[in-house]
Amino acid sequence: MGLGSYCFKKSLWVFHFGGASCNNCDIEILDCLTPRYDVERFGILLVGTIRHADVLLVSGSINKKDKERLIELYNQAPKPLLVVAFGACGCTGGIFAEGIPFAGPVDKIIPVDAYIPGCPPKPEAILAGIVKLTNK
Amino acid sequence: MIKDLFYFIVFPGMIFSVLVGGILSWADRKITARVQFRKGPPFLQPFYDLGKLFYKETILPKYGAKFTFLAAPVFALFSASLANVFILLPAFFPDAGFRGDLIVIFYLLAIPSLTFIIGALASGNPIAAIGASREMKLIIAYELAFILALAAIVLKTDMSLTISDILEKQHADGAYIGSISGVILFIVILFVVQAKLALVPFDMSEAEPELAHGLFIEYSGSAYAIIKMARYIMLFTLPSMLITLLLGGFRLEGIGILWSVLKLVLILLLITLIRNTNPRVKINQAMKFFFIWMSLLALVAIGLSIINL
Repeated sequence: MGLGSYCFKKSLWVFHFGGASCNNCDIEILDCLTPRYDVERFGILLVGTIRHADVLLVSGSINKKDKERLIELYNQAPKPLLVVAFGACGCTGGIFAEGIPFAGPVDKIIPVDAYIPGCPPKPEAILAGIVKLTNK
Repeated sequence: MIKDLFYFIVFPGMIFSVLVGGILSWADRKITARVQFRKGPPFLQPFYDLGKLFYKETILPKYGAKFTFLAAPVFALFSASLANVFILLPAFFPDAGFRGDLIVIFYLLAIPSLTFIIGALASGNPIAAIGASREMKLIIAYELAFILALAAIVLKTDMSLTISDILEKQHADGAYIGSISGVILFIVILFVVQAKLALVPFDMSEAEPELAHGLFIEYSGSAYAIIKMARYIMLFTLPSMLITLLLGGFRLEGIGILWSVLKLVLILLLITLIRNTNPRVKINQAMKFFFIWMSLLALVAIGLSIINL
C-alpha cells in the first residue's frame, strides 16, 4: 500500500447526497458527528462540495430525477472516490422498490463500494461500515 | 544565494512553517473537539489530509481561466512563506531584515487573500464569486484597522519601520503589551488575525453551510492541497507576527524556547476559543465592527502611544 492510499484511508471526507430520503438516515448521519460517536477521530469530515469529497454517501430512494443528478455528481467528483449506499432505500430500494418513479437502487446507477443497510442504520452500523471501507 | 534559498524553502520558510502550521492546525481541531466534548482527530491528521489531497485528481473548470485558477494557490503559498521568513528571521539573527520590512510584511500578508479571490473568480463558479465578493469586502474592512494598529506600533518604536528595531526596543523596555495602548492594540490585531485566517466569526467568505466552502468550492486535489499548505503557514505566520509586534517576539536561548512555544499556544488558544464561542456574523456587521469599533480602538491606541501610555 502506497503512502497516498494510506493517507486516503486516514482522511475520508464525506459528501452526503440525499435522494428522495425520508430524512431519518440524514439524522443518523449527523448522529455520527456528535460527542458520543465522533467520527472525526478517524479523520472523517462532512464537506459541502463534491470537489473535496472522497466518499459519496447516497441515502434515500433514487427516483428518475435524482438519477441524472447522481450521475452528474459522480462525474464531477475527483477520483479515487468511494461510494456508499446508505440505508434500506439506498441498498435495495426498500419499500419504494416497486414504485413508478423509482430508478433502481444505487448500484444499478454507479459502482458502489460499501453497503450500510438498516432503516435507518444505527450509528454503530455506520461505524462498522466505515471500518469495512478503510480496511478494503 | 544558496543561503537565501535555504531560508526561503527549508528553515523559517516553507517546509518548517508547513510542519509547525500543520501541528497548530491539529491543535486547533483538537481544542475545538474538546470544547464540544469530542475526542478529536489524531496528531498527524493535517498531514494525512495533505497527503490525500496530493494523491487525488485535480479537476479544472470548464468555463474558467485555467492557468489563473492553478497559479493563484502557488502565489498564495509563496507569499505566505516569504512573509514567514521576514517575520521569523529577525528572531534568529538580530541583524537580519532591512529598513521598512514592516511595510513589506503588511503587503505580503494581504497577498494570500487576494490570490484566493483571483482564483475563485477564475473558476467561473457563481458561488465562488459570492465568496470572493464577501472576502473582498472583509479585506477592505480589516486592512484599515490593521494599518492603524501598525502605525501605533511604529510610533512606539520611535518611528522605525524595521522588525528588528521593534524587537530590540521590546527587549530593552519590556513588551508593548505591558502598556494600556499595547493591550488595546493586542485586541485589535487579534481580531484582524481572526479575519485574515477566515475563522468563525469572520468566515463568511467560505461559509460551509450556505456557500459550501465559497472561495474554494472548485478546488480539488493538489491545487486544494497547496491552498491548505498556504493556510497552515498563515496559521503559524499571523500569531508569530502578533507575538513579534506586541509580546516581545521569540527568544531562542535556554528557557526562552519554552516561553516562545507558550506564547504561540496562548495565541492559538485565544483564536480557537473565539472561533468556538461565536456565531458567524453577517458581512455588514463585520464591516461595521472593523470600520467603526476596531479602527476607533486603534486610533485611541495611537493617541495613547503619543503620550507614552
